[in-house]
Amino acid sequence: MASGILTAPSNPRRKAHPWLRQSFNRHTLRGAVTLVVFVILWALVVAFKVPYLRLLPPPRDVAVSLLQSVASAGYWANWWISMVHIAVGFVAAVVVGVPLGLAMGINRTVRRFVFPIFEVLRPVPPIAWIPLAIIFWPTVSLTIYFLVFTGPFFIIVLNVMDGVREVSQNHVRAALSLGAKPRDVFWRIMLPATLPYVMTGMAVGMGVTWNVLIAAEMVTSATESGLGSMTWTAYTNGILPVIVVGMLSIGVAGYLSSALLRLLGERLMPWQRRI
Amino acid sequence: MSVRGLGPDAGPKAGPDAKAGGDISIREVTKIYDPDGIHVVAVERCSLEIAAGEFLVVVGPSGCGKTSLLNVLAGFEDLTDGEILLDGKPIAAPGRPVEPGSDRIVVFQNGALFPWKTVLENIVYGPMVQRRRELGRARQAARNLLAQVGLEGIEGSYPAELSSGVQRRVEILRALINEPRVMLLDEPFRGLDAVAKSVMHQFLLDLFERTRLTMFFITHDLDEAIFLGDRVVVMTTRPCCPKLVLQVNLPRPRDHRALGDTRFLELKRAALEAVHEEALKAFRAGERELA
Amino acid sequence: MGISFKRWVTNPDSWGAVASIFGFVLLWYVLTAVLRLPRFDKLPDPVAVVTAWLSPNPPDGLSIFTSVYYMDILYSVVRVLVSFALATVLGVGLGLLLGWSRVFFDYAFPLVETLRPIPPIAWIPLAVLVLPTTEMGVIFITFIAAFFATVLNTLLGVQSIDQVYFRAAKCLGSRPWDVFRHVVIPGSLPAIFTGLQVAMGVAWISLVAGEMISGQAGLGYLIYEDYSNLQFVNIVIGMLTLGLLGYGSSALVRLAGKRLMTWESRRRGVGA
Repeated sequence: MASGILTAPSNPRRKAHPWLRQSFNRHTLRGAVTLVVFVILWALVVAFKVPYLRLLPPPRDVAVSLLQSVASAGYWANWWISMVHIAVGFVAAVVVGVPLGLAMGINRTVRRFVFPIFEVLRPVPPIAWIPLAIIFWPTVSLTIYFLVFTGPFFIIVLNVMDGVREVSQNHVRAALSLGAKPRDVFWRIMLPATLPYVMTGMAVGMGVTWNVLIAAEMVTSATESGLGSMTWTAYTNGILPVIVVGMLSIGVAGYLSSALLRLLGERLMPWQRRI
Repeated sequence: MSVRGLGPDAGPKAGPDAKAGGDISIREVTKIYDPDGIHVVAVERCSLEIAAGEFLVVVGPSGCGKTSLLNVLAGFEDLTDGEILLDGKPIAAPGRPVEPGSDRIVVFQNGALFPWKTVLENIVYGPMVQRRRELGRARQAARNLLAQVGLEGIEGSYPAELSSGVQRRVEILRALINEPRVMLLDEPFRGLDAVAKSVMHQFLLDLFERTRLTMFFITHDLDEAIFLGDRVVVMTTRPCCPKLVLQVNLPRPRDHRALGDTRFLELKRAALEAVHEEALKAFRAGERELA
Repeated sequence: MGISFKRWVTNPDSWGAVASIFGFVLLWYVLTAVLRLPRFDKLPDPVAVVTAWLSPNPPDGLSIFTSVYYMDILYSVVRVLVSFALATVLGVGLGLLLGWSRVFFDYAFPLVETLRPIPPIAWIPLAVLVLPTTEMGVIFITFIAAFFATVLNTLLGVQSIDQVYFRAAKCLGSRPWDVFRHVVIPGSLPAIFTGLQVAMGVAWISLVAGEMISGQAGLGYLIYEDYSNLQFVNIVIGMLTLGLLGYGSSALVRLAGKRLMTWESRRRGVGA
């Protein structure tokens, strides 16, 4: 960063195809080098039986296992189940969390009476809810939905609440002086102004959500499937390559859901787009 | 050691350490930016001679390329063509690695005091990293400087605790303690209110009287330009090169009364005409960009 | 904080807080112990939890008077501290390097971005099988969680430093090391502490999961063990203890940040 600041482009007249320039420049090539070196090191560590790390599955086994998984229907069924778990729990957290956050941000009395409960419950790690959730909910699916819900719920509520309180008083006054009714202020000023906070809350919450889902699926793996249970079953059977396939799949799934949120954010907030 | 003109041993010094001089020669300088293949010619074949101890003010519409010229001069960016000499030695030329130095210190548009350092730590920063003098003596010099401009008692404050006017003054002191040959000021008083601005003008004029450092001062405020400068250069809009050079023949030391002088008003009228023409050009260019 | 008792009592917010928490506990009590609604009757009621927690002779063997309780707390706290310390040292270091050198960023960041989306909990099986002891496994996943949060926030912190400070530093004669010490580190400190706050939170989450699934001893283990032994009161004690510890540890991080960044708290008025 800093070293880049003082080095202006040295050859201003060079022109290349923009796509080519973007994908095959020095920077991306360096990243590719690291990833290749990483895989080679991984293979070497296993081949030369480096203490502890020799237990890792060699990259070749992982690749083979990955190809086998991709070809099997069961693997994709696990994907589907995890995605449904995430979707239901996460949407529930948004549907309940956003209005509650708005109410807490707008109305002092609501904030006064609800916020303290949040302050007390929030520090409890969502995963610590697992045993109580299993006891309380009659089915495993409901347990998982509930746990996935608790992950992003607190984060979304608190972000939305902060968002409402950050709404520029000038915007509200400008709207009122232009003849807006309180209802218009809510729908046309408050809501769009809090939207970035809603999206931030959702983005942060999404990270926690996958953590909680994987833990929940692992703990309840006997009765419910999903990418977490797939990894857990591989663990109990000691099949290391499948464990790594599971980890990679979870990583990709988490990445995709965050990317989806980002896309949604860009769609909902065109004014935040950068030139 | 003390800052030139501000300490007991004022006057030019001899020997290799002497920082006298400050003679800038800008020769046929061209600066082209090339983001994503779109050429932006910021400065084109610009030539300017600045004598040592001269207060030169550069005026031009915003976005005309004056800051690019200053960045090249400061050593933040390279130049595409031409060369710049400081006291006869080249400091910028095509292909030459850019190298900012403490012989030409920049005072930035929106202030660049380190917010995480106190006033004293900010001022002694230059001497400290250059290892030019002991920290204790640097601190003493910094305190003396503050006292001379009537700012004693704020050494331990953080910049955010001070008004922006005081911040700018501290920043100028931070530059001054390094005994630069040239001060490069990039619209340093932008964003200050009128009262603070006039205080700053007096402050800078007093400093100039005492130090006679070469000043390269950028602004788009004509009153400020004529009031402060020995020479005012009105720049053309992008690409930037001198359009009109005005010799300001107001006597020094100056104070606010100069603002009512008829010579001042005549100079202002001449400058206004040139600036207005360029501003219109810039305005139309902006419309074209939008269309 | 210098808030006096009198001011606390006269503040409607504190009354609201007391009322809301009391209301919450009351609702919990009514649902679980008075009405005994289906499903709710399985949950422990607050009175049972508090009496057990404070009892010298707890029915399920866990209270503030039993050594098991403190052993579990000690295990969890030590694990979090070790992981958090490792994550801080390595994460801040890596983040600063990534932000500092464009070349290093080009080489290292893609690898960070490849590994980061894998939730720390998904590392558990591999960590437990590959690392020689389960203890190391638990510490590893707690570390991983805190590490990525720290790296990313530190990097963002360096990138958010206004370029003008780099230029000013160069101008005043800094060498690269001076820029690093006097601009990069202090400039990214606020973001680093934001990162450490987040890191502390996720460290506790991963720790609980790690202890539940693979650990011996620790509060996560306690919760899960008591679930298997049907000692439901202890689960709630464990959860509340985790909440208190989580809250306390973030408060410590916040305090440390305030101490290190005096310039942040000594601003002139609001937004000056």
